[in-house]
Amino acid sequence: MKQVDLVIIGGGPAGMAAALGAYRKGVRNLLILDREQQLGGILEQCIHNGFGLHHFKEELTGPEYAARYAEEVKENGIPYLLDTMVLDLSQAADGSGDKIVTAVSSQEGYLQLRAKAVVLAMGCRERPRGALNIAGTRPAGIYTAGAAQKFVNLKGYMPGKEVVILGSGDIGLIMARRMTLEGAKVRAVCELMPYSGGLTRNIVQCLEDFGIPLKLSHTVVKIHGRERLEGVTIAAVDASRKPVPGSEEFIPCDTLLLSVGLIPENELSRAAGVEMDAVTGGARVDQNRQTSIPGVFACGNVLHVHDLVDYVSEEAELAGSCAAEYLMDAAVNAECWEVSARDGVRYVVPQCVRKDADKPFSLYFRVGDVYKDVRIVVKCGEKVLLSRAKKKVAPGEMECLPLNAQVLEQIDGDLTVCLEQKGAE
Amino acid sequence: MEKRNLTCIVCPMGCSLEVTLENGVVSAVTGNTCPRGDAYARAECTHPTRVLTTTVRVSGGVKPLVSVKSAGAIPKEDLFAAMEQINAMTIPAPVQLGQVLIPDLCGSGISLIATGAVEQKGN
Repeated sequence: MKQVDLVIIGGGPAGMAAALGAYRKGVRNLLILDREQQLGGILEQCIHNGFGLHHFKEELTGPEYAARYAEEVKENGIPYLLDTMVLDLSQAADGSGDKIVTAVSSQEGYLQLRAKAVVLAMGCRERPRGALNIAGTRPAGIYTAGAAQKFVNLKGYMPGKEVVILGSGDIGLIMARRMTLEGAKVRAVCELMPYSGGLTRNIVQCLEDFGIPLKLSHTVVKIHGRERLEGVTIAAVDASRKPVPGSEEFIPCDTLLLSVGLIPENELSRAAGVEMDAVTGGARVDQNRQTSIPGVFACGNVLHVHDLVDYVSEEAELAGSCAAEYLMDAAVNAECWEVSARDGVRYVVPQCVRKDADKPFSLYFRVGDVYKDVRIVVKCGEKVLLSRAKKKVAPGEMECLPLNAQVLEQIDGDLTVCLEQKGAE
Repeated sequence: MEKRNLTCIVCPMGCSLEVTLENGVVSAVTGNTCPRGDAYARAECTHPTRVLTTTVRVSGGVKPLVSVKSAGAIPKEDLFAAMEQINAMTIPAPVQLGQVLIPDLCGSGISLIATGAVEQKGN
Protein backbone atom coordinates (compact mmCIF):
# COMPACT_ATOMS: atom_id res chain seq x y z
CA MET A 1 0.00 0.00 0.00
CA LYS A 2 1.29 3.44 -0.92
CA GLN A 3 2.41 5.48 2.10
CA VAL A 4 1.64 9.21 2.13
CA ASP A 5 2.18 11.68 4.96
CA LEU A 6 -0.87 13.76 4.16
CA VAL A 7 -3.89 13.04 1.97
CA ILE A 8 -6.23 15.92 1.16
CA ILE A 9 -9.69 14.84 0.10
CA GLY A 10 -11.06 17.46 -2.29
CA GLY A 11 -9.24 19.81 -4.69
CA GLY A 12 -11.50 22.85 -4.41
CA PRO A 13 -10.53 26.10 -2.69
CA ALA A 14 -10.30 24.37 0.70
CA GLY A 15 -8.24 21.41 -0.50
CA MET A 16 -5.79 23.57 -2.47
CA ALA A 17 -5.26 26.05 0.39
CA ALA A 18 -4.83 23.19 2.88
CA ALA A 19 -2.22 21.57 0.63
CA LEU A 20 -0.35 24.87 0.32
CA GLY A 21 -0.57 25.44 4.08
CA ALA A 22 1.00 22.03 4.72
CA TYR A 23 3.57 22.50 1.95
CA ARG A 24 4.72 25.80 3.41
CA LYS A 25 5.31 23.99 6.72
CA GLY A 26 7.59 21.53 5.00
CA VAL A 27 5.30 18.62 4.13
CA ARG A 28 6.44 17.16 0.80
CA ASN A 29 4.89 13.70 0.70
CA LEU A 30 1.30 14.83 0.22
CA LEU A 31 -1.46 14.16 -2.29
CA ILE A 32 -4.68 15.94 -3.26
CA LEU A 33 -7.54 13.73 -4.49
CA ASP A 34 -10.46 15.16 -6.44
CA ARG A 35 -13.35 13.58 -8.34
CA GLU A 36 -13.49 16.30 -11.02
CA GLN A 37 -11.22 16.59 -14.07
CA GLN A 38 -9.59 19.77 -12.80
CA LEU A 39 -8.69 21.48 -9.56
CA GLY A 40 -10.96 24.28 -8.43
CA GLY A 41 -14.12 22.61 -7.19
CA ILE A 42 -17.35 24.58 -7.36
CA LEU A 43 -15.49 27.82 -8.24
CA GLU A 44 -15.29 26.66 -11.88
CA GLN A 45 -19.01 27.27 -12.30
CA CYS A 46 -19.13 30.45 -10.19
CA ILE A 47 -18.27 32.72 -13.12
CA HIS A 48 -19.55 35.88 -11.37
CA ASN A 49 -17.17 38.26 -9.64
CA GLY A 50 -16.72 39.22 -6.01
CA PHE A 51 -14.16 36.62 -4.99
CA GLY A 52 -10.79 37.38 -3.46
CA LEU A 53 -11.32 40.89 -2.08
CA HIS A 54 -10.02 39.89 1.35
CA HIS A 55 -7.32 37.51 0.22
CA PHE A 56 -5.97 39.00 -3.00
CA LYS A 57 -7.23 42.58 -2.43
CA GLU A 58 -8.84 42.57 -5.85
CA GLU A 59 -12.12 41.44 -7.29
CA LEU A 60 -11.88 38.13 -9.13
CA THR A 61 -14.34 35.72 -10.70
CA GLY A 62 -14.56 32.16 -9.33
CA PRO A 63 -12.45 30.56 -12.09
CA GLU A 64 -9.77 33.25 -11.68
CA TYR A 65 -9.64 32.74 -7.91
CA ALA A 66 -9.32 28.97 -8.41
CA ALA A 67 -6.65 29.44 -11.08
CA ARG A 68 -4.44 31.46 -8.71
CA TYR A 69 -4.42 28.59 -6.22
CA ALA A 70 -4.14 25.88 -8.87
CA GLU A 71 -1.09 27.65 -10.32
CA GLU A 72 0.54 27.81 -6.91
CA VAL A 73 -0.17 24.10 -6.36
CA LYS A 74 1.39 23.28 -9.73
CA GLU A 75 4.37 25.63 -9.31
CA ASN A 76 5.26 23.96 -6.03
CA GLY A 77 4.91 20.54 -7.58
CA ILE A 78 2.27 19.42 -5.09
CA PRO A 79 0.94 16.12 -6.47
CA TYR A 80 -2.76 15.73 -7.19
CA LEU A 81 -4.84 12.98 -8.66
CA LEU A 82 -7.98 13.98 -10.58
CA ASP A 83 -10.97 11.95 -11.73
CA THR A 84 -10.57 10.14 -8.44
CA MET A 85 -13.46 9.42 -6.10
CA VAL A 86 -12.69 8.62 -2.48
CA LEU A 87 -14.99 5.84 -1.31
CA ASP A 88 -13.86 5.25 2.23
CA LEU A 89 -11.79 6.64 5.05
CA SER A 90 -10.91 4.42 7.99
CA GLN A 91 -8.32 3.99 10.71
CA ALA A 92 -5.63 1.36 10.28
CA ALA A 93 -6.36 -1.77 12.31
CA ASP A 94 -2.80 -2.00 13.64
CA GLY A 95 -3.23 0.82 16.15
CA SER A 96 -0.57 2.94 14.44
CA GLY A 97 -2.94 5.88 14.12
CA ASP A 98 -2.55 5.80 10.34
CA LYS A 99 -5.57 6.32 8.12
CA ILE A 100 -6.55 4.20 5.14
CA VAL A 101 -8.00 6.11 2.19
CA THR A 102 -9.77 3.98 -0.42
CA ALA A 103 -10.52 5.53 -3.81
CA VAL A 104 -11.24 4.70 -7.42
CA SER A 105 -9.44 6.60 -10.12
CA SER A 106 -9.70 6.53 -13.91
CA GLN A 107 -5.90 6.51 -14.01
CA GLU A 108 -4.99 4.23 -11.10
CA GLY A 109 -8.08 2.05 -10.80
CA TYR A 110 -8.81 0.83 -7.27
CA LEU A 111 -6.48 2.68 -4.98
CA GLN A 112 -5.58 2.38 -1.30
CA LEU A 113 -3.37 4.87 0.48
CA ARG A 114 -1.97 4.74 3.97
CA ALA A 115 -1.79 8.29 5.36
CA LYS A 116 -0.45 9.65 8.63
CA ALA A 117 -2.85 12.59 8.42
CA VAL A 118 -5.91 13.50 6.35
CA VAL A 119 -7.55 16.83 5.60
CA LEU A 120 -11.27 16.62 4.81
CA ALA A 121 -12.10 19.24 2.17
CA MET A 122 -15.07 17.73 0.34
CA GLY A 123 -17.25 20.84 0.34
CA CYS A 124 -21.02 20.76 0.46
CA ARG A 125 -23.99 19.97 -1.73
CA GLU A 126 -27.43 21.44 -2.19
CA ARG A 127 -30.63 20.51 -0.41
CA PRO A 128 -32.83 18.87 -3.04
CA ARG A 129 -36.59 19.00 -3.65
CA GLY A 130 -37.04 15.77 -1.73
CA ALA A 131 -35.98 17.53 1.47
CA LEU A 132 -38.77 20.10 1.16
CA ASN A 133 -41.98 18.08 0.87
CA ILE A 134 -43.58 20.33 -1.76
CA ALA A 135 -46.93 18.87 -2.85
CA GLY A 136 -47.73 18.17 -6.48
CA THR A 137 -46.51 16.23 -9.48
CA ARG A 138 -42.93 15.39 -10.35
CA PRO A 139 -42.36 16.92 -13.79
CA ALA A 140 -39.09 17.87 -15.49
CA GLY A 141 -37.93 21.44 -15.00
CA ILE A 142 -37.10 21.42 -11.29
CA TYR A 143 -33.42 21.94 -10.54
CA THR A 144 -31.27 22.99 -7.66
CA ALA A 145 -29.80 26.42 -8.43
CA GLY A 146 -26.29 24.97 -8.52
CA ALA A 147 -27.28 22.28 -11.03
CA ALA A 148 -28.78 24.97 -13.26
CA GLN A 149 -25.61 27.01 -12.81
CA LYS A 150 -23.56 24.06 -14.02
CA PHE A 151 -25.81 23.61 -17.09
CA VAL A 152 -25.67 27.28 -18.04
CA ASN A 153 -22.07 28.15 -17.18
CA LEU A 154 -20.19 24.95 -17.97
CA LYS A 155 -22.33 23.07 -20.50
CA GLY A 156 -24.09 25.88 -22.33
CA TYR A 157 -27.64 24.59 -21.85
CA MET A 158 -30.53 26.74 -20.68
CA PRO A 159 -32.77 24.86 -18.22
CA GLY A 160 -35.86 26.87 -19.24
CA LYS A 161 -37.44 30.15 -20.25
CA GLU A 162 -39.87 31.11 -17.48
CA VAL A 163 -38.39 30.73 -14.06
CA VAL A 164 -39.46 30.83 -10.42
CA ILE A 165 -36.74 30.59 -7.79
CA LEU A 166 -37.43 29.26 -4.31
CA GLY A 167 -34.95 30.45 -1.72
CA SER A 168 -32.97 33.66 -1.69
CA GLY A 169 -29.56 32.29 -0.82
CA ASP A 170 -26.69 33.70 -2.83
CA ILE A 171 -26.74 30.96 -5.48
CA GLY A 172 -30.44 31.58 -6.10
CA LEU A 173 -29.87 35.32 -6.45
CA ILE A 174 -26.85 34.87 -8.72
CA MET A 175 -28.86 32.47 -10.91
CA ALA A 176 -31.77 34.92 -11.13
CA ARG A 177 -29.40 37.39 -12.80
CA ARG A 178 -27.64 34.76 -14.90
CA MET A 179 -30.89 33.33 -16.30
CA THR A 180 -32.15 36.86 -17.02
CA LEU A 181 -28.97 37.83 -18.88
CA GLU A 182 -29.28 34.66 -20.98
CA GLY A 183 -32.81 35.60 -22.00
CA ALA A 184 -35.06 33.84 -19.49
CA LYS A 185 -37.83 35.61 -17.62
CA VAL A 186 -37.47 35.22 -13.86
CA ARG A 187 -41.00 35.69 -12.50
CA ALA A 188 -40.19 35.79 -8.80
CA VAL A 189 -37.81 34.76 -6.06
CA CYS A 190 -39.72 33.36 -3.06
CA GLU A 191 -38.19 33.30 0.40
CA LEU A 192 -39.80 31.43 3.29
CA MET A 193 -38.17 33.65 5.89
CA PRO A 194 -39.00 37.35 6.42
CA TYR A 195 -35.42 38.19 5.37
CA SER A 196 -33.10 37.03 2.60
CA GLY A 197 -30.38 34.52 3.27
CA GLY A 198 -28.17 36.16 0.65
CA LEU A 199 -25.83 39.13 0.71
CA THR A 200 -27.53 42.51 0.36
CA ARG A 201 -25.30 43.38 -2.59
CA ASN A 202 -26.69 40.39 -4.46
CA ILE A 203 -30.27 41.51 -3.85
CA VAL A 204 -29.31 44.87 -5.37
CA GLN A 205 -27.29 43.71 -8.36
CA CYS A 206 -29.11 40.45 -9.15
CA LEU A 207 -32.77 41.29 -8.43
CA GLU A 208 -33.33 45.06 -8.20
CA ASP A 209 -31.19 45.74 -11.29
CA PHE A 210 -33.52 43.57 -13.35
CA GLY A 211 -36.81 44.31 -11.62
CA ILE A 212 -37.19 40.75 -10.31
CA PRO A 213 -39.63 40.65 -7.38
CA LEU A 214 -38.38 39.21 -4.08
CA LYS A 215 -41.32 37.76 -2.19
CA LEU A 216 -40.31 37.45 1.44
CA SER A 217 -42.37 35.17 3.74
CA HIS A 218 -43.57 33.25 0.68
CA THR A 219 -43.11 29.65 -0.37
CA VAL A 220 -44.06 27.25 -3.14
CA VAL A 221 -46.99 25.12 -1.97
CA LYS A 222 -47.77 23.21 -5.15
CA ILE A 223 -46.07 22.06 -8.31
CA HIS A 224 -48.13 21.71 -11.54
CA GLY A 225 -47.50 19.83 -14.79
CA ARG A 226 -47.16 16.21 -15.89
CA GLU A 227 -44.18 15.86 -18.23
CA ARG A 228 -42.83 19.38 -17.89
CA LEU A 229 -43.39 21.92 -15.16
CA GLU A 230 -46.33 24.18 -16.08
CA GLY A 231 -46.42 26.40 -13.05
CA VAL A 232 -46.22 26.67 -9.29
CA THR A 233 -48.63 27.85 -6.65
CA ILE A 234 -47.00 30.14 -4.16
CA ALA A 235 -48.48 31.35 -0.88
CA ALA A 236 -47.62 33.76 1.90
CA VAL A 237 -46.56 32.18 5.18
CA ASP A 238 -47.33 33.30 8.72
CA ALA A 239 -44.91 33.80 11.59
CA SER A 240 -44.74 30.03 12.17
CA ARG A 241 -43.94 29.58 8.45
CA LYS A 242 -47.30 27.91 7.69
CA PRO A 243 -49.02 28.90 4.40
CA VAL A 244 -51.80 31.47 4.89
CA PRO A 245 -55.08 30.13 3.38
CA GLY A 246 -56.42 32.38 0.65
CA SER A 247 -53.03 33.88 -0.19
CA GLU A 248 -52.29 31.33 -2.93
CA GLU A 249 -51.20 32.63 -6.32
CA PHE A 250 -50.52 30.58 -9.47
CA ILE A 251 -47.40 31.55 -11.41
CA PRO A 252 -46.98 29.92 -14.84
CA CYS A 253 -43.39 28.79 -15.38
CA ASP A 254 -41.42 25.96 -16.99
CA THR A 255 -38.55 25.98 -14.51
CA LEU A 256 -38.26 26.01 -10.73
CA LEU A 257 -34.85 26.57 -9.21
CA LEU A 258 -34.24 25.61 -5.59
CA SER A 259 -31.75 27.56 -3.51
CA VAL A 260 -32.78 26.21 -0.15
CA GLY A 261 -29.62 25.49 1.73
CA LEU A 262 -26.33 23.67 1.56
CA ILE A 263 -25.36 20.51 3.39
CA PRO A 264 -21.72 19.65 4.16
CA GLU A 265 -20.85 16.43 2.34
CA ASN A 266 -19.72 14.27 5.23
CA GLU A 267 -20.47 10.66 4.29
CA LEU A 268 -16.75 9.82 4.48
CA SER A 269 -16.30 11.59 7.81
CA ARG A 270 -19.29 9.82 9.39
CA ALA A 271 -18.19 6.42 8.13
CA ALA A 272 -14.74 7.07 9.59
CA GLY A 273 -16.31 7.75 12.98
CA VAL A 274 -15.61 11.48 13.16
CA GLU A 275 -17.75 13.16 15.81
CA MET A 276 -20.26 15.52 14.16
CA ASP A 277 -21.95 18.80 15.10
CA ALA A 278 -25.70 18.45 14.53
CA VAL A 279 -26.13 22.19 13.81
CA THR A 280 -23.34 22.77 11.28
CA GLY A 281 -23.63 19.31 9.72
CA GLY A 282 -19.85 19.21 9.85
CA ALA A 283 -17.25 17.71 12.15
CA ARG A 284 -16.60 18.99 15.66
CA VAL A 285 -13.13 20.54 15.59
CA ASP A 286 -10.65 22.31 17.84
CA GLN A 287 -9.05 25.64 16.93
CA ASN A 288 -6.54 23.80 14.71
CA ARG A 289 -9.48 22.28 12.77
CA GLN A 290 -8.59 18.83 14.07
CA THR A 291 -11.59 16.50 14.40
CA SER A 292 -12.26 13.96 17.15
CA ILE A 293 -9.90 11.56 15.32
CA PRO A 294 -6.28 12.69 15.87
CA GLY A 295 -4.66 13.46 12.53
CA VAL A 296 -7.96 14.03 10.72
CA PHE A 297 -8.60 17.70 9.99
CA ALA A 298 -11.56 19.41 8.32
CA CYS A 299 -11.91 22.79 6.61
CA GLY A 300 -14.06 24.76 4.21
CA ASN A 301 -17.68 23.99 3.45
CA VAL A 302 -17.41 20.40 4.61
CA LEU A 303 -16.86 21.80 8.10
CA HIS A 304 -19.46 24.56 8.02
CA VAL A 305 -20.98 26.45 5.10
CA HIS A 306 -19.12 29.70 4.47
CA ASP A 307 -20.36 32.85 2.70
CA LEU A 308 -17.01 33.87 1.25
CA VAL A 309 -14.35 31.72 -0.34
CA ASP A 310 -11.69 34.01 1.17
CA TYR A 311 -12.60 32.65 4.61
CA VAL A 312 -12.53 29.10 3.26
CA SER A 313 -8.97 29.62 2.05
CA GLU A 314 -7.95 31.13 5.37
CA GLU A 315 -9.43 28.26 7.36
CA ALA A 316 -7.99 25.63 5.03
CA GLU A 317 -4.51 27.12 5.17
CA LEU A 318 -4.76 26.90 8.97
CA ALA A 319 -5.95 23.27 8.82
CA GLY A 320 -3.14 22.38 6.42
CA SER A 321 -0.43 23.97 8.52
CA CYS A 322 -1.81 22.35 11.70
CA ALA A 323 -1.82 18.99 9.91
CA ALA A 324 1.87 19.62 9.18
CA GLU A 325 2.49 20.29 12.86
CA TYR A 326 0.65 17.10 13.74
CA LEU A 327 2.95 15.16 11.40
CA MET A 328 5.96 16.54 13.24
CA ASP A 329 4.58 15.80 16.70
CA ALA A 330 1.87 13.16 16.37
CA ALA A 331 1.83 12.25 20.05
CA VAL A 332 -0.01 15.39 21.08
CA ASN A 333 -3.53 14.62 22.15
CA ALA A 334 -4.43 17.58 24.30
CA GLU A 335 -7.42 18.12 26.54
CA CYS A 336 -9.92 20.72 25.42
CA TRP A 337 -12.30 23.34 26.75
CA GLU A 338 -15.76 23.25 25.16
CA VAL A 339 -17.03 26.22 23.13
CA SER A 340 -20.82 26.50 23.01
CA ALA A 341 -23.40 28.76 21.37
CA ARG A 342 -26.17 30.41 23.44
CA ASP A 343 -28.87 33.06 23.32
CA GLY A 344 -29.30 33.83 19.64
CA VAL A 345 -26.02 32.26 18.48
CA ARG A 346 -26.72 29.12 16.47
CA TYR A 347 -23.29 27.56 16.30
CA VAL A 348 -19.61 28.30 16.86
CA VAL A 349 -16.59 26.87 15.07
CA PRO A 350 -14.30 25.67 16.61
CA GLN A 351 -16.48 23.65 18.98
CA CYS A 352 -13.60 23.18 21.41
CA VAL A 353 -10.28 24.82 22.24
CA ARG A 354 -7.15 22.98 23.29
CA LYS A 355 -6.06 23.82 26.82
CA ASP A 356 -2.51 24.28 25.54
CA ALA A 357 -3.61 26.82 22.90
CA ASP A 358 -0.84 29.41 22.63
CA LYS A 359 -1.54 31.10 19.30
CA PRO A 360 -4.32 33.63 18.69
CA PHE A 361 -7.31 32.21 16.82
CA SER A 362 -10.79 33.28 15.76
CA LEU A 363 -14.27 32.10 16.61
CA TYR A 364 -16.62 31.84 13.63
CA PHE A 365 -20.35 31.74 14.22
CA ARG A 366 -23.81 32.40 12.86
CA VAL A 367 -26.86 33.85 14.60
CA GLY A 368 -30.31 32.28 14.37
CA ASP A 369 -32.33 35.37 13.42
CA VAL A 370 -31.91 39.01 12.37
CA TYR A 371 -30.98 41.14 15.41
CA LYS A 372 -30.31 44.86 15.62
CA ASP A 373 -28.14 46.74 18.12
CA VAL A 374 -26.74 43.76 19.94
CA ARG A 375 -23.55 42.89 21.69
CA ILE A 376 -21.64 39.73 20.87
CA VAL A 377 -20.22 38.41 24.11
CA VAL A 378 -17.64 35.69 24.68
CA LYS A 379 -17.64 34.36 28.23
CA CYS A 380 -15.49 31.94 30.15
CA GLY A 381 -17.76 30.83 32.96
CA GLU A 382 -19.17 34.16 34.25
CA LYS A 383 -16.10 36.11 33.14
CA VAL A 384 -16.56 38.26 30.02
CA LEU A 385 -13.56 37.78 27.73
CA LEU A 386 -14.72 39.88 24.85
CA SER A 387 -17.73 42.01 24.00
CA ARG A 388 -18.36 43.69 20.69
CA ALA A 389 -21.25 45.90 19.64
CA LYS A 390 -22.92 45.17 16.29
CA LYS A 391 -25.51 47.30 14.50
CA LYS A 392 -27.00 44.30 12.76
CA VAL A 393 -26.41 40.56 12.64
CA ALA A 394 -28.18 38.15 10.27
CA PRO A 395 -28.11 34.37 9.73
CA GLY A 396 -26.85 34.89 6.18
CA GLU A 397 -23.63 36.52 7.34
CA MET A 398 -20.98 34.58 9.20
CA GLU A 399 -19.42 36.50 12.07
CA CYS A 400 -15.79 36.28 13.09
CA LEU A 401 -14.30 37.15 16.48
CA PRO A 402 -10.51 37.09 16.73
CA LEU A 403 -9.19 36.13 20.18
CA ASN A 404 -5.80 37.69 20.82
CA ALA A 405 -3.03 36.50 23.13
CA GLN A 406 -4.36 38.57 26.04
CA VAL A 407 -7.80 36.97 25.81
CA LEU A 408 -6.20 33.57 25.39
CA GLU A 409 -4.39 33.91 28.71
CA GLN A 410 -7.68 34.37 30.54
CA ILE A 411 -9.23 31.12 29.32
CA ASP A 412 -9.49 28.72 32.24
CA GLY A 413 -12.76 26.95 31.50
CA ASP A 414 -15.45 26.28 28.90
CA LEU A 415 -16.38 29.18 26.60
CA THR A 416 -19.79 30.42 25.55
CA VAL A 417 -20.66 32.85 22.77
CA CYS A 418 -23.98 34.67 23.11
CA LEU A 419 -25.88 37.79 22.06
CA GLU A 420 -26.95 40.46 24.54
CA GLN A 421 -29.24 43.40 23.92
CA LYS A 422 -27.15 46.54 23.76
CA GLY A 423 -27.26 48.55 26.94
CA ALA A 424 -28.06 45.47 29.01
CA GLU A 425 -24.66 45.63 30.66
CA MET B 1 -31.28 68.70 -1.24
CA GLU B 2 -32.11 65.06 -1.81
CA LYS B 3 -30.90 62.00 0.14
CA ARG B 4 -30.65 58.53 -1.34
CA ASN B 5 -29.89 55.27 0.45
CA LEU B 6 -27.89 52.66 -1.45
CA THR B 7 -26.25 49.35 -0.68
CA CYS B 8 -22.72 49.28 -1.98
CA ILE B 9 -22.16 46.33 -4.35
CA VAL B 10 -18.42 46.71 -4.82
CA CYS B 11 -17.58 43.95 -2.36
CA PRO B 12 -19.42 41.40 -0.19
CA MET B 13 -19.39 43.75 2.83
CA GLY B 14 -22.38 45.57 1.33
CA CYS B 15 -22.02 48.88 3.20
CA SER B 16 -25.17 50.99 3.60
CA LEU B 17 -24.49 54.28 1.89
CA GLU B 18 -26.27 57.60 2.22
CA VAL B 19 -25.81 59.93 -0.70
CA THR B 20 -26.64 63.62 -0.57
CA LEU B 21 -27.56 65.15 -3.92
CA GLU B 22 -27.87 68.85 -4.60
CA ASN B 23 -29.56 69.70 -7.91
CA GLY B 24 -28.71 66.21 -9.18
CA VAL B 25 -25.04 66.55 -8.24
CA VAL B 26 -23.58 64.31 -5.53
CA SER B 27 -22.33 66.54 -2.72
CA ALA B 28 -21.61 63.94 -0.01
CA VAL B 29 -21.37 60.18 0.51
CA THR B 30 -21.44 58.65 4.00
CA GLY B 31 -21.49 55.08 5.31
CA ASN B 32 -18.77 53.79 3.00
CA THR B 33 -15.75 52.12 4.58
CA CYS B 34 -13.42 52.50 1.58
CA PRO B 35 -12.86 54.89 -1.35
CA ARG B 36 -14.43 52.41 -3.78
CA GLY B 37 -17.77 52.87 -1.97
CA ASP B 38 -17.58 56.61 -2.56
CA ALA B 39 -16.87 56.10 -6.26
CA TYR B 40 -19.69 53.55 -6.53
CA ALA B 41 -22.22 55.89 -4.92
CA ARG B 42 -21.28 58.75 -7.21
CA ALA B 43 -21.49 56.59 -10.34
CA GLU B 44 -24.75 54.96 -9.21
CA CYS B 45 -26.48 58.33 -8.80
CA THR B 46 -25.24 59.77 -12.08
CA HIS B 47 -24.46 56.95 -14.51
CA PRO B 48 -24.77 53.42 -13.06
CA THR B 49 -22.35 50.82 -14.41
CA ARG B 50 -21.84 47.09 -13.86
CA VAL B 51 -19.16 44.50 -14.51
CA LEU B 52 -20.64 41.83 -16.81
CA THR B 53 -19.71 38.18 -16.32
CA THR B 54 -20.93 35.53 -18.74
CA THR B 55 -19.62 32.81 -21.07
CA VAL B 56 -18.49 32.60 -24.70
CA ARG B 57 -18.90 29.53 -26.91
CA VAL B 58 -15.66 27.75 -27.78
CA SER B 59 -15.11 25.54 -30.83
CA GLY B 60 -12.65 22.66 -30.90
CA GLY B 61 -11.94 22.84 -27.17
CA VAL B 62 -12.06 20.34 -24.33
CA LYS B 63 -14.90 22.43 -22.90
CA PRO B 64 -17.81 23.99 -24.82
CA LEU B 65 -17.60 27.36 -23.07
CA VAL B 66 -15.12 29.76 -21.53
CA SER B 67 -16.04 32.12 -18.71
CA VAL B 68 -15.52 35.84 -19.44
CA LYS B 69 -15.84 39.25 -17.80
CA SER B 70 -15.83 42.83 -18.92
CA ALA B 71 -12.43 44.23 -17.94
CA GLY B 72 -14.19 47.13 -16.27
CA ALA B 73 -17.72 48.29 -15.52
CA ILE B 74 -19.92 49.06 -18.53
CA PRO B 75 -23.07 51.23 -18.56
CA LYS B 76 -25.92 49.31 -16.93
CA GLU B 77 -28.28 50.00 -19.82
CA ASP B 78 -25.86 48.29 -22.23
CA LEU B 79 -25.86 44.91 -20.42
CA PHE B 80 -28.35 43.22 -22.75
CA ALA B 81 -26.80 44.66 -25.92
CA ALA B 82 -23.44 43.36 -24.69
CA MET B 83 -24.95 39.91 -24.06
CA GLU B 84 -26.24 39.88 -27.63
CA GLN B 85 -22.80 40.78 -29.01
CA ILE B 86 -21.15 38.10 -26.82
CA ASN B 87 -23.65 35.35 -27.61
CA ALA B 88 -23.23 35.93 -31.35
CA MET B 89 -19.58 34.88 -31.26
CA THR B 90 -17.67 31.59 -31.10
CA ILE B 91 -13.97 31.50 -30.22
CA PRO B 92 -11.67 28.75 -31.50
CA ALA B 93 -9.67 26.87 -28.84
CA PRO B 94 -7.16 27.25 -27.27
CA VAL B 95 -8.25 30.16 -25.09
CA GLN B 96 -5.88 31.57 -22.46
CA LEU B 97 -6.86 33.08 -19.14
CA GLY B 98 -6.80 36.86 -19.58
CA GLN B 99 -7.07 36.70 -23.39
CA VAL B 100 -8.95 39.65 -24.90
CA LEU B 101 -11.95 38.25 -26.82
CA ILE B 102 -13.68 41.54 -27.71
CA PRO B 103 -11.54 44.71 -27.61
CA ASP B 104 -14.47 47.12 -27.37
CA LEU B 105 -17.71 45.83 -25.84
CA CYS B 106 -20.73 47.68 -27.26
CA GLY B 107 -18.76 50.85 -27.88
CA SER B 108 -18.00 51.21 -24.17
CA GLY B 109 -14.26 51.11 -24.75
CA ILE B 110 -14.11 48.24 -22.23
CA SER B 111 -12.75 44.89 -23.39
CA LEU B 112 -14.12 41.41 -22.78
CA ILE B 113 -11.53 39.03 -21.36
CA ALA B 114 -11.43 35.30 -20.65
CA THR B 115 -11.48 34.38 -16.95
CA GLY B 116 -10.73 30.74 -17.64
CA ALA B 117 -8.67 28.70 -20.08
CA VAL B 118 -9.79 26.08 -22.59
CA GLU B 119 -7.29 23.71 -24.17
CA GLN B 120 -7.62 22.40 -27.69
CA LYS B 121 -9.27 19.02 -28.04
CA GLY B 122 -6.87 16.15 -28.63
CA ASN B 123 -3.85 17.97 -27.22
